[in-house]
Amino acid sequence: MALLAAAAAGFVGAFALMKRTVLAGDVMSHVAIPGLGLAIIWKINPLIGGALTLFIGALMISQLERHSSISSEAAIGVIFASSVALGALLINSKEELIDALFGGFGALSQGEFVFGIISGIFIIAALWHLRNKLIISFFSSELASSTGISLGWLNSWFFIIFSLAILLGLRFLGALLAGALIIVPASAARQLTHSLGSFLISSILLSVLSMIAGLFISQAYNLQLGPTVVMVASAIFALSLFKTKR
Amino acid sequence: MTSALKVENLSVEFDGETIIKDINLDLEKGDNMAVIGPNGAGKTVFLKALLGILPHQGKIEWAEGTKLGYVPQKIDADRHLPIDLENLLAAKADVLGVKKSEIKSVTDVTKITEKILKTPVGHLSGGQFQRALIAFALLGKPSVMLFDEPTASIDQTGEEQIYELIHELQDKYGITVILVSHDLSVVYKYATKVLCLNKTGLCFGPPESTLTPEVFKKLYGEEHKYVHHIYHK
Repeated sequence: MALLAAAAAGFVGAFALMKRTVLAGDVMSHVAIPGLGLAIIWKINPLIGGALTLFIGALMISQLERHSSISSEAAIGVIFASSVALGALLINSKEELIDALFGGFGALSQGEFVFGIISGIFIIAALWHLRNKLIISFFSSELASSTGISLGWLNSWFFIIFSLAILLGLRFLGALLAGALIIVPASAARQLTHSLGSFLISSILLSVLSMIAGLFISQAYNLQLGPTVVMVASAIFALSLFKTKR
Repeated sequence: MTSALKVENLSVEFDGETIIKDINLDLEKGDNMAVIGPNGAGKTVFLKALLGILPHQGKIEWAEGTKLGYVPQKIDADRHLPIDLENLLAAKADVLGVKKSEIKSVTDVTKITEKILKTPVGHLSGGQFQRALIAFALLGKPSVMLFDEPTASIDQTGEEQIYELIHELQDKYGITVILVSHDLSVVYKYATKVLCLNKTGLCFGPPESTLTPEVFKKLYGEEHKYVHHIYHK
């Protein structure tokens, strides 16, 4: 399931990079922290808690944007900072806090496994289905509208797919780093490729590769999974910078 | 001749400000209508209202079965998008459910080479980009095409090529054309109808009879130099 989550993150990351919303993943994963805290307190599945506050956070951000005079960046900044702080206050045990921030709540339950597989497949299938509408919308929102594409609907679906990818990542990478697997492999893939097809495939492959290598290394050296995976991805990105521009 | 488009009392407002109001016209199939007017007159807003991209008041009645193609004035294409022209055309073909063979016919008529097809959209030159937008608009076999200053960022030779292409499309496919242009020589050379727009419709009809010195004065606020050229040759 970790590999499926990585593949999904890589695929989402490629589109998020083209859409210029990769950083949103970082913010959204932080907003899930209080939810993880609540999940621990109420002794419910962390994914449910995380999903709850992700949803509430996203709602608060969009309401703040619409009804106050501050910019969306500022709104996101406020929610982001308060979420991390609130989460840290709610989670009393240091061990559990580390798990929430960096991933690893022990073995996966059957429910989590099923949810993960279904979500992973849904993310990849849905993005593949929407890819052409998304491509046109990245080029020009006006041309997309004139082609009969409903931008509001498209953006809502992308947001749902994106949120699911973050939720999947939360389990393995923790709230601080869940967004990283969306940002880093896609950025490395962009450096290395020149066509759309190879960009999409590379983004998925690099994400999966980071997860595989991360799993091995973290097991071998008894390291926290999340940071290990992200460091592998970052190392790949650093190597990709050596590729000279055409 | 059958009607392609009927517009009655068209108005568009943003935040309580009226951008265009009381536009009326009747276009026949196969017409080439030039939309002229000074900067800020609302020409782009007018096109977008016709396309259904902007909310409006008044009536816009297209002929039954009308399919629209739109070539906007400019798109700030992200230079870093890893999307080439072929990807873009294939994407639209897929969304509209048209055959891939149609991509070949639109690239043939717009003289888009294999090399241009494989160029990332952010790297196309002004002329190549314009032809790419026209090819994109042609997919789906539109019966009406709307052009917003199609030669705004092109040199003189490129300009002539684009207008010749538009003319060829009309001859070959019987497309009705609505074209926003600053270039009055284009209006006189190609247009069968002209709409003078400066927040409201100041004239509508065939250019020869409609574009009088009085109309130009109302439209541009002073006697336009072209009027001297046309009327005193």
